Parts: sequence; structure tokens; C-alpha cells
Amino acid sequence: MKNKTKNGIGLHIVKRDAIPWYKAMGIRGLALLISIAVCAIVTWALTRQSPLGVMQTIFLGSFASTRRFWVMMQDLSVLLLISLAMAPAFRMRFWNIGGEGQVMIGCLATAACMINFGKSLPNGLVILISLIAAVCAGGIWGLVPAVCKAKWNTNETLFTLMMNYVAIQLCAYFIIIWESPKGSGKVGIINQKSHAGWLPTIGKYKYLLTVIVAAAITVFIFCYMNYSKHGYELAVVGESQKTAKYVGISVGKVIVRTMVLSGAICGLTGFMLVAGSDHTITTTLASGRGFTAVLVAWMAKFNPFGMIFTSFLLTFMSKGAGEVASNFNLNESFSDILTSIIIFFLIGCEFFIQYRIVRQKEAK
Amino acid sequence: MLEGGSTGKYLCCPLSFTQAGGAKVDTKRQPAVSMRGITKTFGKVVANDNVSIDIYKGEILSLLGENGSGKTTLMNMLSGIYYPDSGHIYINGKEELIHSPKDALSLGIGMVHQHFKLVDVMSATENIVLGLKEGRKFDLKTVADRIREICSKYGFDLDPDQKVYDMSVSQKQTVEIVKMLYRKADILILDEPTAVLTPQETEKLFDVLRNMKKDGKAIIIITHKLNEVLEISDYVDILNKGKFIGSLKTSETNAQEMTDMMVGHAVKLNIDRPEPKDVKPKIEISGLTVIDEDGIPKLQDVSFTINSGEILGIAGISGSGQRELLESIAGLQKIESGSIKYYEESGKAVELVGTNPETIRKMGVSLSFVPEDRLGMGLVGNMDLTGNMMLRSFRMGGGLFTNRKIPHDLADEVVKALSVDTPGLSTPVRRLSGGNVQKVLVGREIASNPTVLLTAYAVRGLDINSSYVIYDLMNKQKEKGVAVVYVGEDLDVLLQLADRILVLCGGKVSGIVDGRKATKNEVGLLMTSLGGAE
Repeated sequence: MKNKTKNGIGLHIVKRDAIPWYKAMGIRGLALLISIAVCAIVTWALTRQSPLGVMQTIFLGSFASTRRFWVMMQDLSVLLLISLAMAPAFRMRFWNIGGEGQVMIGCLATAACMINFGKSLPNGLVILISLIAAVCAGGIWGLVPAVCKAKWNTNETLFTLMMNYVAIQLCAYFIIIWESPKGSGKVGIINQKSHAGWLPTIGKYKYLLTVIVAAAITVFIFCYMNYSKHGYELAVVGESQKTAKYVGISVGKVIVRTMVLSGAICGLTGFMLVAGSDHTITTTLASGRGFTAVLVAWMAKFNPFGMIFTSFLLTFMSKGAGEVASNFNLNESFSDILTSIIIFFLIGCEFFIQYRIVRQKEAK
Repeated sequence: MLEGGSTGKYLCCPLSFTQAGGAKVDTKRQPAVSMRGITKTFGKVVANDNVSIDIYKGEILSLLGENGSGKTTLMNMLSGIYYPDSGHIYINGKEELIHSPKDALSLGIGMVHQHFKLVDVMSATENIVLGLKEGRKFDLKTVADRIREICSKYGFDLDPDQKVYDMSVSQKQTVEIVKMLYRKADILILDEPTAVLTPQETEKLFDVLRNMKKDGKAIIIITHKLNEVLEISDYVDILNKGKFIGSLKTSETNAQEMTDMMVGHAVKLNIDRPEPKDVKPKIEISGLTVIDEDGIPKLQDVSFTINSGEILGIAGISGSGQRELLESIAGLQKIESGSIKYYEESGKAVELVGTNPETIRKMGVSLSFVPEDRLGMGLVGNMDLTGNMMLRSFRMGGGLFTNRKIPHDLADEVVKALSVDTPGLSTPVRRLSGGNVQKVLVGREIASNPTVLLTAYAVRGLDINSSYVIYDLMNKQKEKGVAVVYVGEDLDVLLQLADRILVLCGGKVSGIVDGRKATKNEVGLLMTSLGGAE
């Protein structure tokens, strides 16, 4: 808490009052600029490549073509959806790190419906059943740890983490059952000819639907957390279970309800992945985004609109990473270094929003 | 804030006051600590404004002031927790910069905080040496011997091998004080040391403090209890709203003068007790027994009646079952046996055993409860005033969405009616001082127009002004015909405020006395024994 120089003139840290939002944003903006400058220096020092060139390449990773832009938007939307699912649970101080499994089980449910009903039922109905199944499956993956937490106070972090492996192993099992062609170890594109259970594309934009769903869920989660009775209840439970009981909020009910919602949104994300964009299932379909979402939600302090920015940042950087790696013959880790520099500054600047450093006013 | 002429004599610096005031200036009287022109701000809040005080060896100084007057902040700067924005601190005449509690200890300054900082699973000895770098190989036995030495020197009652989790609050406090003495503190700061003690424990603490004073230590007590100031201290320095008001010699002042200086205007010091009207049974408790998770009985066969239009005081040593009793009525406690009957307006009785707060609300029983644990149970510290008002009203109205207008208006009303000192309605309540937190809680609970108002230690930690506001509020509720229960620890207040006093002892009712006729001695005896009830 202090920084004492030898002659005794002290710098000390003082907690700020609430500061106006524009000032806070200013500090964050400044942090972003500094982080980019540091990235430039590091780039030059380590690779002797022109920092501008590298940064331009990072930029091109997402914006070089319309197709790339849409791929970036799709990835952003998926990451955003999972992060949104985490937010209510985290606000309730329920550390759900089972996003990965909740998404995968949604994928599995969707794939199962598409494979089993694809030939027998009309297309619209297959989509509807897949949607319901995916949302329910995700919901159950949230329900189980929540019930155990509410009833026996089990540790939700371990529980949700282990549920991930259950989901992924289930996927692995069914992929072998459904593999096509036999022996390939892959499911391949489901209903490639009939397109049964495939979500329709809006115009010629394959990924637009996911973007719209993500936008709608953003608004929904924002209203749910800030204006609904449920949102208020879960905030009280998160702050103090004793207070919640004192005012007659049933803590167990709120935990279960919130986690089912959280799981259901993850399930929906799984549905969007399988029925909307990929039309197949692999064990790595969620590709760690269930965990990245934890970071996204925290960095945005559980504010849904803030998450748009944080998920953009992470997606943008990872797209840039691949591009840099191939164009400059650099290791892919290099762009991870750049990403971490930026994250370091963005998280670090929160300190300066909370505190300020002052010098003792008096001269000695 | 004080009116000019009449109080002008308080406004000079402490040293010159003692001289001007005609007190004999002892040439041996040396300040151990001089704080000069100390200013500290937190954001826009000025916690200390140009405060100068002196602390002398071999004397006990009381630092008196209302909640939020900056007493603790000032002492935190002396003990290295905060660093002043400006001003100078002289220890034994030499200017020092105190950047951390470690710096403070190396200068011989030790502070015992209101919330103890002990490790539960460790023994007293282990807690006392924790964090010390003794250099050589150290031996817990020699440490324990040294602790015993300190204890016998000053008259502490402490077993060095006892684990902290086995200790009472008073024993934990002893560990904290001995910890400071072990670290060779000569300047000892105690932050509201008696707030958590019984009268007997307080007496014991004071004896120890007197011994330490004889030994030449400088002692500072932060407090707002006037009788204790008068009993223990040599001098009293008074702060009001962060400003230094004056320094008085305790033997030359009285409670009224100190109160007026502390509050900034004249206050009357007796509590009203209107005659109860229209008294009828509201809640009838019979044979109530509560056993906690460890199988220890907390309440045994408790029976009594709470009447509307009356204040029922509940007295008892802390932990005699007060909390369990109130929580049983509020539907928060698992009840072993017995019944709690609530009489509706029509005279119909409903059973409250086996309910929870939600069902009680749905039954239409309007019961308000001010729990002991304000920020842990009654309020949500991280939410703002409006959000906390909403705790009671968020279910109102149909639909999925909350209405923030009603609680916002209520918060505004409470802030105005009870003069809550807050930067705004969107300030998290944990940032408010203790008294203001309590006002917010009591204000909310009364706003729901209860028929029963349960309060646990409603004025604990509150300054005089806020306490009287709370007494007033309870009297108003009583006059409205509400059944008021006041669990208190200050017998003087209980005897002035309550119509009847129920005394608990070890989870049993040891007596119910008339608040107008009973004496302090009588209640005190009932608190410690079953008073022949067996």
C-alpha cells in the first residue's frame, strides 16, 4: 500500500470515489493505447519486423474480406452467447465453469435430433425439436450441479468442471456410433443432401442468424439482470444468502433457476453451432470457448454490453494471431503474447479506476 | 458548526487550553504523540480536517465523537493504516512518517481494532507471535512465559495455550491487547473496546488499563459512551464532523457538556416513555425450545407474551438466546418444540412455528425485524440505498419487472426523515457509517407499517444523537399500537425505555419485570442467575 522513497517523501495510494463513466472509459482507452504501443515495442524487439506491418496483419485477420468479417462475427457471437450465459450465475457468485460442457451437450442433443428425425419429420419440426432438446440438455447440465449445491452445498466449481468431461466423453461416444463413412471417426456433414434440421440462412449471409440471436440474448440478459425480479433476487443471493433468507427469498430455488437459465443459453449456443453453422459434431466444437467466456464475462464485469466489446477483442486478436503466424513465419504463440499484453493493460487499468496515487502535498 | 462565543474556549489547541483553562501544568507531562494539522480526505469526504491532538505518557485519553466524526480515521493514521494527506506526527518530540502498521509498531504504537484480527485455529501464544521476526530460533514455551509475565504484571486473565475459537469476545480482546504489549507498544489505541463487553468484563478491562497507565503507557480509547469516558479517562478530546472541537479534563466536565460539544448543539439526555395504551396480546410464545446444530440447547421452554402498544425489553448477557428467540419469531430458526401464536386483528390466532419469512408474509402477518447483523443479514452492503429498500418491496406489483420508483421514493423519505448522512441514494450502504446504516435499516423496517417490530441491539455502536432518533422511532411505533421488542445490552436504556423487561439467562427466562419499578441491580441479578425461578 505504499511506496517510500529514501528521503521520506511518500507516494501513497488512495481509494477513489465513484468516478464518472466517461473518465473510467478514458482510463481504459488510454490503457488500450499504451498496450498497443508496448505491443509495437515488443514486436520490434523480438522479431525485427515492422510493428505497423504486424498490426496491420492482425487487423486483416478479421477485416481482409467480407468472408473473414463474417467468420469473425460468427465466432464473436458464439463467444458472446456463452459469456452471457455465465453472467447471471457469476452475479449470483455461483462459479459456473461448465460452459464448455453445457455447450457440447447442446450440440449433442441437436445432432441427435437431426440424425434421428431428419428423414422422418418435416424440416421445421426437426429444427423445433432440436432447439427444445438442446435447450433442455444444456438446462439439465446446469440443473445437476445447482441442485447439489442447493441441497448439499457441494462445490460448484469442481462439479461444473467435471460435468464438462462427462459431456465431451458422451459426444466422443456418439460420434463413433454415428460416424460416417464408417471407420473415419467423424460424423461428417449431417443431412448433407436434404439439409433437414439446418437453420435457414437469411439472404446470402450464412452467419447473420447467429449474430441476431446473440444480439437478442444480450438485450434479454441485460434486462433480466437489471430490471427483473429474478435478476434482483439472484443479486441478493450472490451478495448474502443470509439476507436473502431474511427477506424470504428461497435461496435454493434461485440457485437452481439461475443455473438452468445459464445452462439453457449454453444449450442454445450448441444448437446454433450444429444446426446453424457447422452441421456436424466433433468433440472440439466448443474449442475452449466455454472457458474463454469466463474471462470475457469477468473483464466486462458481467455487463452484457461490455461483453460485446471484450468478446470482440478476444476474437479479433485470435483471428489476427493466425494471420500473423502464417504471413510472417512466426510462431502462433507470438500473437498470444500480444493478446496477453493487451489483456494485462486492460485488467491492470481497473486498478487506476479504483484508486489513485498521490504524493504527499507538503514539502519537507 | 458551534455557535461563536459560548463555545469559543473549546476551539483552541489542546495544550494552550490546559494552560488557559487554569489546570496545573505538570512539567513532567510530556506528549508521547503530537499530531498537528492532520487532514485526510476520502474522495469528496473530509474525514479529518486540520486536527491537532496530544497524547501523554501515563494518561488515558478518550477520543469522543459521534459516528463518522473521524475518530477511527485519525487513529488509523497514527497506527499506519492510513496516511495523512497533510499534517505532521511527532512521536516523543521527533517527527515521524508512519507508512504501515509495522512502522507504527517500531515506534511503539499499537492499535486494537473493533474487529479482531486473530487466527481461530491457533492458540493465544501463536497468535501473539504471528508475523514477528525474532531472529534466533524461537521457542513457544519462552514466549508463553513472557506472555504470562505480561499478564500478571497488568492483571490480564489469559491462558496462553487456549485456542482462539474457544474464546469469548472478551478473551479475544485480551489476546489483541497482550499482542500489542508483547510487541512493546507504549502507545496503545483501543477502538471502542467496550462495545462488545458485558458490564463485568468492562470493569475488568478498566482495571487493566489503569495498571497500564501506572506503568507509564499512553492509552487512547475511541468511544462514544459518556459514562465510560468519565470513569476511565484523564482527558477527553472531542471531534465533530472531522474537526477538533476541544480538549477537556475529565474531572472538570460532565456528561451534558461533553454531549453538547460532541453533537454541536444541546441534547436532552432522558428517554421518553409514554404510558402504554390499548394493550393486548399480539404474540404468545409457549414452551419454545431451540437446539442448535451441535446439539446445544439455545432456548429452553421459553414462554411469554408480547403485547401490542408496549415495548418489551429483553435483557441478558450476550449469547443467552436473544438472537435465537427473535429469529424463531421471524421464521428464520429451526424450532425443536413449542408454539408461537400470532393474534390477528380479529383475534384469530395463527401458528408461526414451521413457517419461513416468505410464508409469514403471505399469511398477511406484518412483521418487521431489525437483526443484530445489519450488513450481513438486514441489508446488502454492496447495493445502494434504493436497492436495499427494495429488499422488502421488490415483489410488489404484478409482472416480471421490479419497480424502482417506490423504493427510490422510500429511500429518499428515510434519508430526509432520519437525516441519514449519505452522498446520495446510489451510494452502496457499506460506505455509510454504522449509525447511518442502522437508520436505513430501521427506517425500512418501520416503513412497512408493521404490527410487530423486533429489534436486536438497535443502537449498538450508535452515537447519542442517532440512538435517540431510534428510541423516538420505537416510541412512535408503540403509540401506534405496534408490539415492539427491544433486545438491548445497556440496562440504563432498557430501564428507561421498556414497559416490561424479560430477562434471559442461559436460554431460559429468568424473570419478567416491570420496567418502571425494576432496579438495575435486580435485572443484573436475574441476568446472571435464575433468580430463584427453579
